[in-house]
Amino acid sequence: MTASAEVAMEKLSVIERTMWAFRDMRVVTWRNLMASLRIPEAIFFSSLQPIMFVLLFRYVFGGAIPVAGVSYVNFLMPGIFVQTVCFGAVATAIGLSEDMAKGLIERFRALPMARSAVLAGRTTADLVRNIFVLVILTVVGLAVGFRMVNGVVNFILGCIVMIVFAYALSWGFAIIGLKAPNAETAQLMSFPILFPITFASGAFAPVESMPGWLQWFAIHQPVGVVVAATRSLMCGGPYTNTSAVGWTFVWAAVLLVGFSWLAVRSYRKVD
Amino acid sequence: MNNDLAISARGLVKVFNRGQSVRALDGFDLEVKRGTVTGLLGPNGSGKTTAVRILSTILSPDEGTAEIMGLDVVRQSDAVRRTIGLAGQYATVDENLTGRENIRMVAQLTHLTKAAGRAKADELLERFKLTDAGDRPAKTYSGGMRRRLDLAASLVAEPPVLFLDEPTTGLDPQSRNDLWEIIEELVDGGTTVLLTTQYLEEADRLAQDIVVMEKGRVIAKGTPAELKAQLGTTVIEVSFASHELADRASSLLTQLTPKPPIREGSLLELTVENGPKVAADVLRTLDGAGVELLGLALREPSLDDVFLSLTGHRTEEEVANAAPAKRQGRKAKKESAQ
Repeated sequence: MTASAEVAMEKLSVIERTMWAFRDMRVVTWRNLMASLRIPEAIFFSSLQPIMFVLLFRYVFGGAIPVAGVSYVNFLMPGIFVQTVCFGAVATAIGLSEDMAKGLIERFRALPMARSAVLAGRTTADLVRNIFVLVILTVVGLAVGFRMVNGVVNFILGCIVMIVFAYALSWGFAIIGLKAPNAETAQLMSFPILFPITFASGAFAPVESMPGWLQWFAIHQPVGVVVAATRSLMCGGPYTNTSAVGWTFVWAAVLLVGFSWLAVRSYRKVD
Repeated sequence: MNNDLAISARGLVKVFNRGQSVRALDGFDLEVKRGTVTGLLGPNGSGKTTAVRILSTILSPDEGTAEIMGLDVVRQSDAVRRTIGLAGQYATVDENLTGRENIRMVAQLTHLTKAAGRAKADELLERFKLTDAGDRPAKTYSGGMRRRLDLAASLVAEPPVLFLDEPTTGLDPQSRNDLWEIIEELVDGGTTVLLTTQYLEEADRLAQDIVVMEKGRVIAKGTPAELKAQLGTTVIEVSFASHELADRASSLLTQLTPKPPIREGSLLELTVENGPKVAADVLRTLDGAGVELLGLALREPSLDDVFLSLTGHRTEEEVANAAPAKRQGRKAKKESAQ
């Protein structure tokens, strides 16, 4: 028997296992990021879409949407940021689905690596990508009149809040990626979920302008809460809403635990 | 536990439920001695790939047990994964990474140190004649290069047991030959290999033992020589203008061969020990009876003939046509896995 097989005989402690799981996750994250860097067209066009949203709402719809306390572009940008990082979860679904189809997952499953690493590496790579897109969007926002009216520190805190939530959400879309028969279907399955939760929120227009039943949904559904939390940090003033910030972390924790458990379970069951 | 065995499986059953339930494995048994090559033969859909996926811990069986080097594939799956290498027909390499990056990624996921991974990548690229292409993305590789890279990646941990799932399917003869030479070197180095293939020629060249599968079960096993002896060594094909003529010829030729001729449309097939002599007898008999033939050919038995001989029917049409194409993605793969 070879040396490597003997090592396997030793029982690994929980700490060692966690360490290896973390290392495996890092390797898979690196692989996913390298793969995206090799397709610059994909990076370009995935950044283009949120930029179009900024321009569309700032200049086409913006004039017709009255908001209190701040200029519309300052009201809008926190919403667009949240919408963009949530839509980043589609990349998680598509990426996993493609890996499944290519058979690379088969290789991973026959390696002595942590079971969770394929999923964690995917969601972490998408988190890094989200940060990258946020930086681009901030620059575009600044160019069209957005200002960090509540200070740079609060702006950064706002970004952290939404990134944490988006990370939890992408675990949910990992499940779609595992269940969908192919990447196209994964994408088609993602949009009917993402459109209502991002648009039926306070992201683009004040919730007060919506009918009563929708208002309730827009305020309480998770993305609505994240939008309120982000705007609280980035705009301050009349938008201050510390409980929304707290609830964002509660939602993120609940979704992360639930989704990651379900995702790892479906990953194990994939045949 | 038998210490001579690298791979052992008893009564493996795997049922897939996709619309209808399919018993991909239906009581599969296997024993592979250490340091030997066993060829697992069967048409698409016979359960070869499912067997390999269970033995390599990718799937868990519904029933039965299997051990690799004495390690249970379900209860000790992590230890099994350190003991095996897997390379397959889908050449599971990341197309966006370079050859070198692919090998280093597997090295890291096998928990080699960075330096060891780098050295391993250099060594394997050299050995598999990929050094020049090592820093190019794998999507620029030819089919043969991808298979070599796939095989190289599976050898990172120097596994004592190697699974090769149709390693040369779809390759041109030159690439196939290259890959065979590499596999032979591995075996000379003491690696135990389980090889699935649709080509009798491949099993013949590489394997000491052959196991023939159909519908999730083993229907024959033995050395290539034993199986060939069972088959007869030559197939005589006689073609006629109509199947009525073929039918008539069939009844005339029955006494010439131990096994009755098999008719397919207007074609007769005889599997015999002594091809040239029987061929002369066939011509004489048909000429004497005034039955005119269109053509006569002698050929070596193929895997299809193994099946014909073992099961009395050809590999099923719809199964044979469900040939997997990587591009068709997961659905096609699942079908072929059954």
